[in-house]
Amino acid sequence: MSASDSRRARPYALYLGCTIPARVQHFEIASRKVAERLGLQLADVAEFACCGYPIASLDARAAKLLAARNLALAERAGCDILALCTACTGSLTEAAHELQTDPALRDSLNADLAAVGLRYEGSVRVRHLVRVLWEEVGREKIQAAVVRRLDGLLFAPHYGCHYLKPAEAHGDFEDPEAPHTLDDLIAWTGARTLDYPGKLRCCGGGVLATDEKLALGISRNKLREIARRRADAVTLICPFCNIMYDTNQKKIETIFGEPFGVPVLFFPQVLGLAMGFEPRELGLSMNRVQPKALLEKIGIK
Amino acid sequence: MFVNFISKSAPPAFSQIFAPKAIPEMTTQLATPLIIEENQEPEHIDRDFALKVAQRAGGRQLLRCFACGTCTAGCPVAEIDERYNPRRIIRMVLLGLKNEVLRSEFIWLCAGCYTCQERCPQGVRVAEVMRALRNLAVEEGIVHPAFKAQAELIRNMGRIYEIEDFDNKKRVRAGLPELRKNIEDIKTLFERQKLNERLG
Ligand code: SF4
Ligand code: SF4
Repeated sequence: MSASDSRRARPYALYLGCTIPARVQHFEIASRKVAERLGLQLADVAEFACCGYPIASLDARAAKLLAARNLALAERAGCDILALCTACTGSLTEAAHELQTDPALRDSLNADLAAVGLRYEGSVRVRHLVRVLWEEVGREKIQAAVVRRLDGLLFAPHYGCHYLKPAEAHGDFEDPEAPHTLDDLIAWTGARTLDYPGKLRCCGGGVLATDEKLALGISRNKLREIARRRADAVTLICPFCNIMYDTNQKKIETIFGEPFGVPVLFFPQVLGLAMGFEPRELGLSMNRVQPKALLEKIGIK
Repeated sequence: MFVNFISKSAPPAFSQIFAPKAIPEMTTQLATPLIIEENQEPEHIDRDFALKVAQRAGGRQLLRCFACGTCTAGCPVAEIDERYNPRRIIRMVLLGLKNEVLRSEFIWLCAGCYTCQERCPQGVRVAEVMRALRNLAVEEGIVHPAFKAQAELIRNMGRIYEIEDFDNKKRVRAGLPELRKNIEDIKTLFERQKLNERLG
């Protein structure tokens, strides 16, 4: 057995971050369901904490230290990281990239990690669930798992910024100006994907805490493009994007006086429906804008 | 056929004018001299400011900005609020307008989406420069309250959301594993990083 085989046999450390396990559990529920059914083994690391992203604005080094702490915990467990939130994915990926290419930074952060009994050698690979689905599980296995094809549904994909960028930190996995992995995954379920103006635009979540109206204005622009084109739903892969488009959709409609009524589904919920799971198994009752019409179209009452 | 009206001699090849140069190594001098003469220099100009920013993580390429505006053109924040203008912020940094920049609310309005950074023709890491400017503002005692509140939660609990018994019960009902409520060693890391002082 080669080193990479033995590595693959190990489970992924599931990195949930702060927001998902506390406020966006439907993403977690659906992700665990589809990962398990597709044979991805997940392990929970109880000591995982904040990825560092929220404090990068105050102190970039402190943020890297928190990221390195999580990387060190995964390394100790002998696991690569599978993350669900794109901001966490970005923060951990950027840190892993820097710690691998900058031994001086690694030494310096390790001096601090030693104070909490940890050390990071630089071996952990960080990927988002959607990347693992596309890259590792792959088309054949996913199409074979589809038992309820989503023909006739039209999804507007929204890629989270930090799933793609900085492209260099993500090993140039996707061209950030022309990403396709989420589109491909949607297509593998039988559904169609919507190409729309502003598809690559940020959700605005990064400024929600500093200027709410500005942030909601950014989200409004995308909802408008999607609603006009009569997509059945937005599909996305990040809890912050979800807070902007789903949790805050009513508020956006009220503030700007524009009705949208666009359901927002996490991609694992979409895939889960295609794999034959029932809506309640995918936490669909927690989606704010209920996808009633969408479910009816695929024969779920 | 194009005619060169300006000079009788053959124009230099495009590649000669725009030959790619290596990023200048950090010196104590700005790569681009400031346009302000020494004796006219207003007091609030900090000639070393651009260098200070350039020495931060992701800052080095800043000195290559040629003010094309690609960053602003694709910025989702600028699209909604035209007062926000990343090109202008970069210019102000290069001109040494330290106080104006660090006291500006605008440095807190970047959504960190990296669109500008991926597109900048000069390789300026614009989003990282914005982050460096916030870090510098914090070092001067200017901390945005929203970020401060989040940092305090992380210091005390390890996360930005508190996990109470209620949350864990809800998780168990949904078939999810319980979460640890407090992660103590984050406090130690905050202390080592001397972040507590900066949070005031
Ligand atoms: S895109 Fe780059 S070179 Fe152009 S103005 Fe912005 S920072 Fe300067
Ligand atoms: S990273 Fe900031 S400045 Fe750059 S495009 Fe995004 S919001 Fe605008």
